[in-house]
Amino acid sequence: MDWKRFLFIALIIVLLFTVVVLVGSAAQKPIVIIASMLATTIAVATPLTLGALSGLYCERAGVVNIGIEGMMLSAAFFGWFGAIYMNTILKLPAMASLLIGLVCALLTGGLMALLHAALSITFKVDQIIGGTVINILAIGITGFLNRQLFFEKGSIFGGNVPHAPGTLPVIHIPIQEAIESVCTSETCFTIARAFGKVFDQRPIVISAILLVIITHFVLFKTRWGLRTRAVGEHPRAADTVGINVIMMRYVNVVIGGMMAGLGGAYFTLESVPSFEPLMTNGRGFIALAAMIFGNWTPFGAWAASLVFGAAQALQINMQVFRDSIPAQWAILQNSYVVGLTPYILTMIILTGVIGKTVSPAADGQPYEK
Amino acid sequence: MTDPTLVLEAKGITKQFPGVLANDNVNFDLRKGEIHALLGENGAGKTTLMNILYGLYKQDAGEILVNGAAITIHSPRDSINAGVGMVHQHFMLIPVFTIAENIMLGDETTKNGFLDVKAVCKRVEEISKQYGLDVDPTALVGQLPVGVQQRVEIIKTLYRKASILILDEPTAVLTPQEAEDLFRIVHELTERGVSVIFITHKLKEVLSIADRITVMRAGKVVGTTTPAETDEHKLAAMMVGREVILTVDKAEAKPGEEILKVEEMKVNDVRGLQTVRGVSFQVRAGEILGIAGVQGNGQTELVEALTGLRPAAGGKMWFNGKDMTGKTPRLLTETGMAHIPEDRQRHGLVLAYPVADNMVLNTYYQRPFGIHGMMQPAAIDRNARKLIQDFDVRTPSPYVPVSKLSGGNQQKVIVARELSHDIKLLIANQPTRGLDVGSIEYIHREIVLMRDRGIGVVLVSAELDEIMALSDRIAVMYRGQIVTTVAAGTVSREQLGLWMAGAHPGE
Amino acid sequence: MQPSKVRTFFRKLLSSALESMLVPLLAVFTAMVIGGVVIALVGGNPFFAFIGLIEGSFGNAKALSETAVWATPYIFAGLAVSVAFKGGLFNIGAEGQLAFGAVTAALIGYALPGWLGIEIPAIIHVLLAVGLGGLAGALWAAIPGALKAFAGGHEVINTIMMNYIALNLTSFLLNSPMKDPDPTNVSARTPLIAEGARLPVLFDGLRVHWGFILALVVAFLVWVFIWKTTLGFEIRTVGANPDAAKYAGINVKRTIVLSMAISGLLAGLAGSVEVTGLNYRHELGFSMGYGFDAIAIALLGKIHPVGVVLASILFASMRNGATRMQFLTQIPVDVISVIQGLILLFVAADVIIRFIYRIKSRGDRVVLTRGWGG
Repeated sequence: MDWKRFLFIALIIVLLFTVVVLVGSAAQKPIVIIASMLATTIAVATPLTLGALSGLYCERAGVVNIGIEGMMLSAAFFGWFGAIYMNTILKLPAMASLLIGLVCALLTGGLMALLHAALSITFKVDQIIGGTVINILAIGITGFLNRQLFFEKGSIFGGNVPHAPGTLPVIHIPIQEAIESVCTSETCFTIARAFGKVFDQRPIVISAILLVIITHFVLFKTRWGLRTRAVGEHPRAADTVGINVIMMRYVNVVIGGMMAGLGGAYFTLESVPSFEPLMTNGRGFIALAAMIFGNWTPFGAWAASLVFGAAQALQINMQVFRDSIPAQWAILQNSYVVGLTPYILTMIILTGVIGKTVSPAADGQPYEK
Repeated sequence: MTDPTLVLEAKGITKQFPGVLANDNVNFDLRKGEIHALLGENGAGKTTLMNILYGLYKQDAGEILVNGAAITIHSPRDSINAGVGMVHQHFMLIPVFTIAENIMLGDETTKNGFLDVKAVCKRVEEISKQYGLDVDPTALVGQLPVGVQQRVEIIKTLYRKASILILDEPTAVLTPQEAEDLFRIVHELTERGVSVIFITHKLKEVLSIADRITVMRAGKVVGTTTPAETDEHKLAAMMVGREVILTVDKAEAKPGEEILKVEEMKVNDVRGLQTVRGVSFQVRAGEILGIAGVQGNGQTELVEALTGLRPAAGGKMWFNGKDMTGKTPRLLTETGMAHIPEDRQRHGLVLAYPVADNMVLNTYYQRPFGIHGMMQPAAIDRNARKLIQDFDVRTPSPYVPVSKLSGGNQQKVIVARELSHDIKLLIANQPTRGLDVGSIEYIHREIVLMRDRGIGVVLVSAELDEIMALSDRIAVMYRGQIVTTVAAGTVSREQLGLWMAGAHPGE
Repeated sequence: MQPSKVRTFFRKLLSSALESMLVPLLAVFTAMVIGGVVIALVGGNPFFAFIGLIEGSFGNAKALSETAVWATPYIFAGLAVSVAFKGGLFNIGAEGQLAFGAVTAALIGYALPGWLGIEIPAIIHVLLAVGLGGLAGALWAAIPGALKAFAGGHEVINTIMMNYIALNLTSFLLNSPMKDPDPTNVSARTPLIAEGARLPVLFDGLRVHWGFILALVVAFLVWVFIWKTTLGFEIRTVGANPDAAKYAGINVKRTIVLSMAISGLLAGLAGSVEVTGLNYRHELGFSMGYGFDAIAIALLGKIHPVGVVLASILFASMRNGATRMQFLTQIPVDVISVIQGLILLFVAADVIIRFIYRIKSRGDRVVLTRGWGG
């Protein structure tokens, strides 16, 4: 990741924040708006960050993964199903159910990835087609089971959507208290309250950020990472020094799938306690774009995810400040129009206005001896 | 009774690929500290044999003995452990990694779970010093000249304590001077007890460096000899299976008017680096201008600019009396330029298409092949059958995918297509690379024939022998510039070699 | 030709057709078997389910008509994806192009007479609605095509993004400016199109309309275009080897945009024919349905118009028969999506099918897409 890229990202984020501050300034203090935007941005960027990390593990090992969307969607469903099943049928406490749901989501992501790995590594199916198969299967399976399990009379839940065990709780980091302890003015307390919220995030949000850092070290500082990158750049060279290319690719793709699984869990176990068909809504594809724009690096991918997070935060906040939007900006009142932002941003970013990115050299090519 | 000095023996190695018997009961051995050359044409089975020794392929039959003991090789790991190291023809290096990362890959040193780059760098420096292989371990491999990359490959094997070193076509990418340096390193290694298998198809080289020579042809070992017992002609006959004429018969050139003129042309490569830095020359009808030079000195970009595939960053070009700078490939083709591209599978052919379609690849829209936007299968069929006959393309039918043809026949499809229409200039870039001797001879004859018909020819080749055999004038390219242009026959091979390595004329 | 030659020619043609259909047929069969197991697992009777499917799709004139109705947009959309594949492009955006074509056709259908202030002859009005709908799809697809050709944006992600943009835009249009003003209307839909802008039905009392015939004609035209014209040769060459295409003097960038535009045109026609022939309005009901089905159909049909028509009829019969199946077995129609996903899986990974049934592979792998490069 070069500085130009980070600067571009920072500029867009500032721009998006500025729009919200300008629109909302009549109703709320700028500092509060910025803090709330920041908190939302970090939270909603989570599935994108995890999706981008998913793509990163796969593509650094040389497997294009366009099935992130499908992996997230099925993980969202099975995570949710697991939690509900534990809670409703086995009568486990809510927290235990949620954690088991989380494990289900991780396993689902891993299993879908295993299918993708088999298709693209063993059967040498065109990897983009393989990913599309994953996406279509995920839509079919989740749609079918969702209806069969929750809307059919004969099912285990008796045709009702049972009460969900809630969502994973906020982990409070006492930043607000820390700032307040040195505060003397009212402004300072406002700032403390506003920014305290930025640090009150839920477990998947926090683990996503930790995983960005961990992935960076794994990829660039360890033996595993060196070998993974070698397999993605020049698998034959890796083979000639005795590295098991097939195994490296399988394991990395499955790790990638589990990242997507965690991202899927965000939707049903952390963001909202429910499942809807197609609820991932293209996040998996945007995550892929974030990974590409981040030039196949963890921090780059995270930064790019934050851009899309900010775009989404803009959409959310525009609804909050709906009534204070000035007349000449009335178009911003329409959520469909504002909702275009992340998608258009993705397209602009992929045009390479900020210079070309370079994918791993063997990305997308099956390895043949 | 085994010879105790034998460090490596391959006995009765057989390997079948779909449709090809690549190795047929091959026997090969290597003594301690010797240089044993393995000579053969492209496709003779040399690389297959070495890939079996190195564990990349598994033989169908036969056994391998290292230091007298039979070993089973499942993967390169087993070979490495047995002390075998290999420098592949296409380097097994990762361009975006540093030298140290490339060398340690697969045998990493770690400290607390993290890579210990410092320790590796230290080891690399020790090896460099010991064998006189000067490298900077922190440099990115992709930015190094090929000669240095080759050194990295050798260090990679020494780092793994290899005592048997396989060098696959190591001089293909080197200047004569770099090759000399490589020979020095190889001798240094053998003096320290390393045994070397030297794979090549170059006769001169074999005679100058090898202790023993084994010749392979069509998957079989033809015989083993020593430089003292043989000469170029005998080796060539063993390699090809018949007498080979090592020179091309051609009459004196009768150059006509100027057909191509290039002035101060500059071209950038994919990464935006200027690899052609102001090149000027002209070609006349009925002469062959050979452009000599080691690969990667801007020839690829120059040819791409001449043929309209890549925009020129500066300079001008006149073709057939008109300024044709920056014109499209289509316009240049229509004006009478033919192009035999360097990478025939990537640029010259659509591998999935049948032979017939490939023979109209750049004329499909012209009468009689395309009329009012509709393809004319009957005309395309007639054309294909005629060209297959005229150019002796060996194919079962015009409708076989061209991918099924041998390399030589694929090249003939391109040559047939390019030479079949009315042309004034032929640009041939590495026209015989990777071909068998029969095809090489054929293509050489065609090029001379074209010249004699009054067509101007630009021949770009990294093979000095080819340049010297065909050219009427020779231009030497080095780092994106033409060092000098001389009449063929007025300079020695050694002199050309020096210029290719960057020496200035007059020095 | 002599009679014996004619005979061997047809025998060869038949055997090669059978051979190329063998793997897709076995893929469908295998997916059906697994689908049956799934149905049995959730407590249904797979045999009743399949009887229901067949009855519901081919059992009587009405069932046949409905299958043709379902097949119509599938044929267009399947052809759309196929043309793009031929040009080396993966168009995942048929959904959005279809939606845009439908919105345009609806707009022309209900609003054009009012704008012009004149009575438009029926034949012209319907042609305008269908044609401009197709053109809208072409423009929508040309955007990612141009981004690919001139700015290096990968069409896979861009066509998907264009899907979401189309979803948002049509939601916006159908909820505000183009919303059916009927006071009883609460859904996001356009007013009904004029009588003159409607494609007539083929038989009284059945819903199958002229759009089905049009789809078959277009399939034939696509075949001629791709395999018999020089432009088709250019598209195929760019798809098979863009470097060689450039070498051969083909304008690669223009050809990429053209391939995408033609692909979008076909997807747009799917939408406009659906509006003018069946629904007589556009109503919001966006899903990844058509776009993904189209990919499956194109792959199942081996990217050939004849195959696409056959695959479309298969998919249509499954969708159509599913209602009858649900009635007989209480298995939700969504199980069809699972079976179709499995069909795609086995078609894409034909190695699995070849392995299960011990069929030897022949020929080279066809390259459909090419990573992120270029």
